[in-house]
Amino acid sequence: MRPNDRRYTQTHEWVKPDGETMLIGITDFAVRELSNGNEDDLVYCDLPEAGRVLTAGETFGEIESVKAVSDLNAPVAGEVVETNVNIEEHLEVLAKDPWNAGWMIRLRPERKSLDGLMSAEEYEKFVAAGGH
Amino acid sequence: MKQTALHAVHAALGAKLIEFGGWSMPVQYGPILDEAQCVRSSAGLFDLGHMGRVHVSGPDTLRFLDKVCTNFVAKIPVGAIRYSLFCRADGNPIDDLLVYREKDSVYLVINAGNTAVDLAWLREQARGFAVTIDDQTERTGMLALQGQRAHEVLQTLVTGLDLATIGYYKFGFGTVCGLPNTRLSRTGYTGEDGFEIYLDNADCVRVWNAVLEAGRAAGVRPIGLGARDILRLEAGMPLYGHEIDATHNPIEAGLEFGISFKDEKGDWIGRSALAAVKAAPRQRLIGLVTDGPRVPRQGHKLFAGAQEVGYVCSGAPSPTLGVNIASAYVALAHAQPGAQLEIDFKGKRQPCQLRDLPFFSRTRK
Repeated sequence: MRPNDRRYTQTHEWVKPDGETMLIGITDFAVRELSNGNEDDLVYCDLPEAGRVLTAGETFGEIESVKAVSDLNAPVAGEVVETNVNIEEHLEVLAKDPWNAGWMIRLRPERKSLDGLMSAEEYEKFVAAGGH
Repeated sequence: MKQTALHAVHAALGAKLIEFGGWSMPVQYGPILDEAQCVRSSAGLFDLGHMGRVHVSGPDTLRFLDKVCTNFVAKIPVGAIRYSLFCRADGNPIDDLLVYREKDSVYLVINAGNTAVDLAWLREQARGFAVTIDDQTERTGMLALQGQRAHEVLQTLVTGLDLATIGYYKFGFGTVCGLPNTRLSRTGYTGEDGFEIYLDNADCVRVWNAVLEAGRAAGVRPIGLGARDILRLEAGMPLYGHEIDATHNPIEAGLEFGISFKDEKGDWIGRSALAAVKAAPRQRLIGLVTDGPRVPRQGHKLFAGAQEVGYVCSGAPSPTLGVNIASAYVALAHAQPGAQLEIDFKGKRQPCQLRDLPFFSRTRK
């Protein structure tokens, strides 16, 4: 079972409340789809500048593997207050720990509600059905 | 989706399978860059069962093929292989291919994704010619062993034929793993020395396993389409749908070595259009390298200051050069090796430098 302290999107991002802010990252499924289990196949991650205001669903960055590029989409609306610059140079962190050390951006959300996003249980079923 | 005779073997090896040209094919068995390096340092084994294999025979074979191919088929020595294209009347390619000249017939190896279109077009063009077009793709298989160790490894499985007697872009027949009269050729899509082995479907698994076993000590491993794409890009070789397609002619792609304008060849489909392009090309295919972190991809635009001057056809991280590389069409005025341009990544610019193709080749000096 994936962590149930957060919510999930159909494009395989997670969002986790953390005090007044929210952390956003991508799931183990997304990492595996991109890298096929080979962390060296991840080559680049483009994250936004702090201060950028995102709408829900907006593309805030890109992650790139040897063969493909995927958009990173904001699960909720808000202002980027911090990015995890560590992972831009160390993409292997994403493969090792997508849930904690591999967070991507910290958002000050427009509102607290995470309604409409999948629970861990729902995401589990979504992935089991193919994840598309 | 079609499956090659080795499909179950790929699955058992843990390959990631993808759709390619209508076939389920292994894109990688492990890390793509490791697979590319394996071919550069030792040798790698490829399943090419998806590629189209077509035998053309009959009294009009050469005359027919000299009408539909860009190269001068009648002038290819028996036992030799030449790169060629099928072009439309507008000079743009339907496909590119290798032409194997046999004594009284010709064997063609074409792209998987274009096989059906090629065959329909060939049959239409063949009206009035005494030729038989035999599509052998689905009943046969094809392996490639590419890399510096390929020769010594494969020779241990071949009897009745010294592979040293098969020159580059030549073919012959020998006994492979006890299978007599097996077609062996020496071409490749990696910039390395290497061989292709043509087999009946029923023999593919046995020969595949025998090659891996014979090459174990040399470090031979199975290689997927992901690494194959990087290797061919490093070697400056075109891929249909990227460097050439229905809107990109082979002259500007630098493929004139596969085109004959000799009068003795007679007229052929696309000749006058390509002669016009040759007289006044507008752009050329060129290499580029970039120190930046981002990998150029098909469709990314190239700029000289504010001016758009070209676009990327294929891009990849190059394990051999240690930088990101790409092929690109650049307007002639800007297509100078050494020139600095910028690649546009959705509004963010990354500097790049133009280079002659190929980036790497052990076979083209």
